[in-house]
Amino acid sequence: MTDALLEVTDLRKCYGDKVVLSQIHLTVQPHDVVCLIGSSGSGKSTLLRCLNLLEGIDDGVIRFEGREISDPRVDPRAVRSRMGMVFQAYNLFPHLTVLDNCTLAPRRVHGLAKADAEQRAHHLLERFGLSDQAGKHPDRMSGGQQQRAALVRALCTQPTLLLLDEITAALDPELVGDVLRIVRELAEQGTTMILATHEMAFARDIATTVCFLDDGRILEHGPPAEIFSDPREERTRRFLARVLAAG
Amino acid sequence: MSELRSSAWEPSRRELERRAVRRARARRDILVATVALVVVLGVLVVGITSAPGWARVRETFFNWDEAKDSFPQVIRGFGKNVVIFLVAEPCILVVGAGVAVIRSTVSPLMLPFRVLAVVYADVFRGIPTILLVYLAGIGLPALELRGLTTNTMWLGTGALVASYGAYVSEVFRAGIESIHPSQLASADTLGLSRWQSMIHVILPQATRRVAPPLLNDFISLQKDTALLSVIFVFEAMFSAQDYTNYHFNYTPLVVAAVLFICLTIPLTRFTDWVARRMMRREFAGVVK
Amino acid sequence: MQRSHESEPLPTSRPLVASIPGMRTPRTAAVLVPLMLLALGCAPQDSSTATDTTSSEPNATPADCAQGKTLTDGTLTIATDSPAYDPWFHGNDPSNGKGYESAVAYAVAKQLGFDRSTVTWVKQPFNTSFAPGPKHFDFDINQISITAARAKAVTFSDGYYTAAQALIALEGSPISSVTSLADLKQYKLGAQTGTTSLTALRDDVQPDSDPVVFQNTNDAKQALLNHQVDAIAADLPTAFYITAVQIPHSTIVGQFQQQSGSPEQFGMLFQKGNSLVDCVNQALASIKDNGTLDSIEQKWLSQTVSVPVLQ
Repeated sequence: MTDALLEVTDLRKCYGDKVVLSQIHLTVQPHDVVCLIGSSGSGKSTLLRCLNLLEGIDDGVIRFEGREISDPRVDPRAVRSRMGMVFQAYNLFPHLTVLDNCTLAPRRVHGLAKADAEQRAHHLLERFGLSDQAGKHPDRMSGGQQQRAALVRALCTQPTLLLLDEITAALDPELVGDVLRIVRELAEQGTTMILATHEMAFARDIATTVCFLDDGRILEHGPPAEIFSDPREERTRRFLARVLAAG
Repeated sequence: MSELRSSAWEPSRRELERRAVRRARARRDILVATVALVVVLGVLVVGITSAPGWARVRETFFNWDEAKDSFPQVIRGFGKNVVIFLVAEPCILVVGAGVAVIRSTVSPLMLPFRVLAVVYADVFRGIPTILLVYLAGIGLPALELRGLTTNTMWLGTGALVASYGAYVSEVFRAGIESIHPSQLASADTLGLSRWQSMIHVILPQATRRVAPPLLNDFISLQKDTALLSVIFVFEAMFSAQDYTNYHFNYTPLVVAAVLFICLTIPLTRFTDWVARRMMRREFAGVVK
Repeated sequence: MQRSHESEPLPTSRPLVASIPGMRTPRTAAVLVPLMLLALGCAPQDSSTATDTTSSEPNATPADCAQGKTLTDGTLTIATDSPAYDPWFHGNDPSNGKGYESAVAYAVAKQLGFDRSTVTWVKQPFNTSFAPGPKHFDFDINQISITAARAKAVTFSDGYYTAAQALIALEGSPISSVTSLADLKQYKLGAQTGTTSLTALRDDVQPDSDPVVFQNTNDAKQALLNHQVDAIAADLPTAFYITAVQIPHSTIVGQFQQQSGSPEQFGMLFQKGNSLVDCVNQALASIKDNGTLDSIEQKWLSQTVSVPVLQ
């Protein structure tokens, strides 16, 4: 299918002399759930930040919704308003309530009226069990609630692509499940997502494609059944053995 | 601290003994503290009042009759100090925040303003505030610019704003730079422009974070309103000085000092409270 | 410091010379005083064994009186503020003997037995001259008015000058044509802190808006030039100097006397209870009687131009 939502060709990223990403090829169709796995420092976060134009790239092409977004003449703000991203921590703005967090971008960037923005926010908060948190400030919520609220905030801008950067990595184990539940729901509803994660069982469950990153390269990629049960590469096998043994 | 609730629990004898020991120790601590306080205060009081010149100092600086007589004049002047800092403080916050925001821009269009902002912050922190006050109150009117007031109270207030604005802009800049980069990344990710990020995300948080040093600057400003006495603003200190010059007694200056203290002490306690609350909020996540 | 007795500030000083036999009538005084001066002039300078060997008076001279009462033996230390304004001093140098107060100080010093070389000048800002504690001058001469309130904290000599107050404005300004005190009320007036001029404004003129108070004469002059005040009040001699020399295109609107109370006199300021004041008073009396004070006033504070009186 030539109508891919996101197409990355031969992406290269360096920090000074250090090469953090090279020869990255990735194609994401609508409704795909792509899981990026790999050890720390393998470049998962960097790749997501490059896709979101938070970082510049040193070579390669990124095409999103049919347009090349790696062109310096493209307005990154316009691109980012079509994508949503959630980080590991410090997502929400602590001085605003959850509701204000969720309505800020729709009102200021997308020009929605206050009432409409709040309606959309309330609807989404309710759907994900956070309606009683709407008036609270983030410091009054648990880590899991904060991450769920961050997800809702990202969804309020109605993005076509969701990028999730290890959103459960900083949470206590008993809170991880609540967050993953939302992600699963979103996946089931067909939201296109690229997520970097350590939760292997979860990745195996919801992913349409799994990419194993090693030392800045996509060493192996394919459907989860293939990657998890019978990986081709030796390093993939070793990584999985380490992670699954620990988990 | 949640304990197991058991209706039939009674403290053991050992526990009762421990409590008795702690109580005794607490009593002893209070006694020691009281004795220490009395001794130190006593030494100070005796030391001061037995100095050979004490009677004269008391007569000249702590004379109750002079205090009473000068009070109306001094407190009338003090009203001017209050007006000055109530007007100056909001202006200072606006100037300080504005300069800090300008310095944090990256657009090439803003380059001349960025340069101006750096020059302003450096120069006006370098010139002593009293010099600025003098230049503004006496130098500016000499230029005879049309439309510029010659009222030294407002000229002096402007000088205070210019001087404190420079310091406060540095405080704001530190606050802005201390915000976690993920906050800016979150704002970027949501599609907010740099300007929107600054106004809605960064600046509100930075202001809360630097509220204690800002309040400290405010307290300092209240005292520096007395500097306007050099440009013939008849505020509390000058009023006290004037009375002193006629009566050759320095007590009005003490009266003015007391008035200033009455104003700043509540504010210092408030600043402490704000700082404590902020620490609690900031570290709430860590404690959890 | 010895605290023998407090000296009362007298509204008019009774010259001690009048109590000397033969001096009661001006004619005899006019004959004898120059002789006395001559005698005094030839008297030996201040020495530890000084006696009135050449003086013809039965009473002790001011010089004898001053023995051992100065801060430093053999030196008279006089203080004044800096800058030392005309016409009270000249060229900001009190030691050159020019200017009314400089001349008076040296005349008094001479009476006390100190010539030019044994007089030292020190700087003392006005608002610390009355601070408690030991002073580092024998006396301070700085256009300080004698008042009862101030006399509680310091000791004053007898008065040596009474000044009228004058109002200075820029030529051609509306206030410069005012002729009565009442017409002044609507204007913005100013004067230096702690001066008789300011009291006169507050008590006698009572302008509609509070008078502007200045730290010193320089600020007052600058404010006038900047149109920050309409007119400034100062004593008449200072006003002359300002309008003649310091502010071009300025004019004296008029002069006025203090209405309330008796006119204040300038006195020299001493540490409270300093007994040197008696000697100085003696010296002052001498130079008043022998006409020295008058001639000094003629020379430095000539008021030959008639200034309208504001009533």
